[in-house]
Amino acid sequence: MKIDKSTVLHIAHLARLEVKEEELNQMQEDLEKITDFMDLLNKVDTTGVEPLIFMTEEINVLREDNAVESITQKDALKNAAHKDSDYFRIPKVKG
Amino acid sequence: MYKNFAEVKNAITSGVSVLEIVHYYLQNIEKNKECNIFLEVFSDSILTQAKLVDQKIKNKQAGRLAGLVIAIKDNICYKDHRVSASSKILKNFCSLYTSTALQRLLDEDAIVIGRTNCDEFAMGSSNENSAYGHVKNPLNLNKVPGGSSGGSAAAVIANTCTVSLGSDTGGSVRQPASFTGTFGVKPTYGRVSRFGLIAYASSFDQIGVFANTLEDTALVTEIMSGKDSLDSTCSSKQVEKYSVFEKTEKKKIAVFKEVLHNEHLTEDVKNSFSSLLNNLKNEGHEINEISFPYLDVLVPTYYVLTTAEASSNLSRFDGVHYGYRSKDAVGVEETYKKSRSEGFGIEVKRRIMSGTFVLSHGFYDAYYTKAQQVRRIIKEKTKEIFSNNDFILSPTTPNSAFEINSVKDPIQMYLQDIFTVHANLSGNPAISLPLFKDKDGFPFGLQVVANNFFEKELFSFSNYLVKFRND
Amino acid sequence: MKDKYEVVVGLEVHAQLLTKSKAYSSDLNEYGAHPNTNVSVVSLGHPGTLPVMNKKTIEFAIKLGLACHSEISSHQYFARKNYFYPDLPKGYQITQDKTPICTGGFIEIKGENEGQKKIGITRIHMEEDAGKSIHDVDVYDTLIDLNRAGVPLLEIVSEPDIRTSQEAYQYLTEVRKLLRYLDICDGNMEEGSLRCDANISVRLIGETDFGTKVEVKNMNSIKNVQRAIEYEVTRQIEAIEKGEKIDQETRSFDALKGITISMRTKEAANDYRYFPEPDLPPLYISVDQINEVKKTMPALPKELFVKFKTDFGLSDYDAYNLTDNKSLALYFNEVTKNTTHYKVAANLMMGEVKSYLNELGVEIDLFPISPIVIAKLSNLIAEEKVSKTVANQRIFPELLSNPNEEPIDIALRLNLLVESDENNLKSYVVQVLNENKVEKERYQNGEKQLIGFFMGQLMKVSGGKADPKQANSILRELLESSK
Repeated sequence: MKIDKSTVLHIAHLARLEVKEEELNQMQEDLEKITDFMDLLNKVDTTGVEPLIFMTEEINVLREDNAVESITQKDALKNAAHKDSDYFRIPKVKG
Repeated sequence: MYKNFAEVKNAITSGVSVLEIVHYYLQNIEKNKECNIFLEVFSDSILTQAKLVDQKIKNKQAGRLAGLVIAIKDNICYKDHRVSASSKILKNFCSLYTSTALQRLLDEDAIVIGRTNCDEFAMGSSNENSAYGHVKNPLNLNKVPGGSSGGSAAAVIANTCTVSLGSDTGGSVRQPASFTGTFGVKPTYGRVSRFGLIAYASSFDQIGVFANTLEDTALVTEIMSGKDSLDSTCSSKQVEKYSVFEKTEKKKIAVFKEVLHNEHLTEDVKNSFSSLLNNLKNEGHEINEISFPYLDVLVPTYYVLTTAEASSNLSRFDGVHYGYRSKDAVGVEETYKKSRSEGFGIEVKRRIMSGTFVLSHGFYDAYYTKAQQVRRIIKEKTKEIFSNNDFILSPTTPNSAFEINSVKDPIQMYLQDIFTVHANLSGNPAISLPLFKDKDGFPFGLQVVANNFFEKELFSFSNYLVKFRND
Repeated sequence: MKDKYEVVVGLEVHAQLLTKSKAYSSDLNEYGAHPNTNVSVVSLGHPGTLPVMNKKTIEFAIKLGLACHSEISSHQYFARKNYFYPDLPKGYQITQDKTPICTGGFIEIKGENEGQKKIGITRIHMEEDAGKSIHDVDVYDTLIDLNRAGVPLLEIVSEPDIRTSQEAYQYLTEVRKLLRYLDICDGNMEEGSLRCDANISVRLIGETDFGTKVEVKNMNSIKNVQRAIEYEVTRQIEAIEKGEKIDQETRSFDALKGITISMRTKEAANDYRYFPEPDLPPLYISVDQINEVKKTMPALPKELFVKFKTDFGLSDYDAYNLTDNKSLALYFNEVTKNTTHYKVAANLMMGEVKSYLNELGVEIDLFPISPIVIAKLSNLIAEEKVSKTVANQRIFPELLSNPNEEPIDIALRLNLLVESDENNLKSYVVQVLNENKVEKERYQNGEKQLIGFFMGQLMKVSGGKADPKQANSILRELLESSK
């Protein structure tokens, strides 16, 4: 289906992706192609059909309310790009 | 040597150490470097593990998988080892835990030799979407190994491990198995725990196995399967002994007309498949050619649902508490946008965008709900088919492996999965058997699909087919 | 101007639950821990991790639903609410969208003109909390602590039935009381275990359409919710009177200035793209399960309120105050098992006991005197064996130091029993009249109000023990007769 550039940018923002000026045309084209492909679904008559929500047959899968210590603070912070000994850190907006 | 677990066990019985076997595999990894199969060889830990297993064997305390050397796809978590989903966004990420399925194998004394290249976040059908370069098919370096588990498939055929683990969301184990002449199985949805498998599409993903023999796929699947308290969607159904094959009686086999006469089939594939069906018919099996009018909508349905789930599953990669963070980003918004845009490859971004689109306000009903409805129709139809038939047979892929860089259009690439996605949409277990070769000698597979949780029947019948084909 | 308008307020309350572990993972749910120590790979949203539902959360939700007379859903599932925020590790929150665990129900508050008013509940659903972003501690960076990420929450959404800021205050007080009675949440707004957002609009009286709704956030006490509503209502009315349009927006309450400020940012309204959570299978709740929970329900404030009023004949005021706090109510309930002098006991509770607790800033769990002893003391007072003053000012403090002593023993030991012997009283009266001849003359010359003065003196010389009634009649008799 037809997707205008402002929609592309809106979707990109929702997904926190940057689409630069020079990439916009290609992304718009790709999305239109992909959604055209998805529009093939309209061939199928789905009147009165319940959407399939779960693939698992399991129900009421519950856990006892027990606290288990699993990882240390050090491990928790280990993979962070920017941190101190206690916190994850993100640089603030300048000014 | 050591192409399968039986050969490994024989060697061990005759005095070969696991350490020696590992060295053999390590040499083959070196020899096949050009294929770019491994993103990382766990050289230190594998040698340590091998020595430990040798000790256990000596003390007669070894598990069922002692001697088995596995390669894992780069989306399966292994404690204290790096895992990146072949993406820049997880470049130096080190996992803090091991996936349940893998742990069950380790508990039986299997050891891990390295992590294999794959399409980024399992999104692709040729392993050309990796941030770390594409994988070359060891059978022909100009061809793709298939995807997304291209590396794992290549690892097995290149004799760099005994078996390997991959993941299958739309065919990502079966299709590369077809292209590399290996066995590749996807269990029933919920049969194997997904805890520790980096999620692509939550209601489609399953961990699968590659091997050079059917016995190995069955044994590994059996050991991995079963309830896991860490995965709520994992089935509590009993796990049977898949590794013990039963005798096969006459079977009722369904074949889709739309597959048999599909325009995308190459001559070789068409002929080999029809020929096999005739032979089976002559053996007394019932071949039912039925109409499956939904073949054309399988892939689009798959794309709506998997991109939607993926767009959400990949939101956690935001540069904040782990993973790649863009160097120049200042402030929260920039951190997100720059890290994600720089960290993800183009195919991943396309799918995230598509998924976000189909879930967005105004489009949800037209796309997402619609696709869920179509999925129900497909599942019900499949159930109906299995009430009258034992198996569904088809070629795994419409063609054998294609040349690297030859499929540029995303939609054309998506259609590579046309025969495999069905089993992911309906949750059925499916396997690719390396029964065929095209006129140039390149392999392509036969796909067998069974009813949900009928893995034992699937493996038993596959065993029959392999023997049947060889006779 | 204001009288032309009707205020329409709906409140969304988030209650952090007192479970041991988190909503979908087994890490510890504990307030005040060192940052990033109560986390797991699941609550950190590490790749490959999956949620597993805590059964306690469901039990707590059912309890609250039962207490609010809501309907409990027999079939429900979870949903993902997708948005990006640094303290939301997965980039989505697992919540309930189309299938809340409870629908309908109400909370009763005191109506404007006597009687009770029911504030309707639209829904109650289960979800998880996010971590904490700290912006104002470090100059360069925002600090993130994920201890709170994944803590289970119940979201309680009221119907827009609230019409005044006082009703809002009462509603929140009742909700907090209920949560504490049920032991599912400690209801502490200052610590953030209870949070409230308000949706506020106004319309002309008689109008059936709703006015534009403004969401107000960032009110960290029940009082502040009331203040915020008052300010916002005034702001909206003034704007409408000026002919301005009310923007549908989110505003933040500034507690220092007592005003609401627009939180408008450049971005458009968030599209949360809700879809069913594929990693958590559906829940089916049976009638049996609900009945099991019913059995474990504690007595609720309303029940105890009615009991104290009807069974013990207490006033609304007394019954309300005694049921304000669960442990206080249960304590009082114990007291009533050992005395039938309910009003006297109630006074003792609301007076000396409460003062003690307030002064020390503790709950009744730390009160040293047992309910039986308080009952016995009440009996002494009611039977007029000691005066109220003596009980409060002499016996009660003594009991605090010697909680195991019997009140009657203390009274005997300290010689505090009411003096009702005729002869002893007479001698006290004679003593007082002799020591205050001037006042006696003044009384006899007409200043009858001096009787109070003489009673005071009488109490002094008798050490507070004189039986007031008897003493009074003897006093009058002697005053009249010695003219």
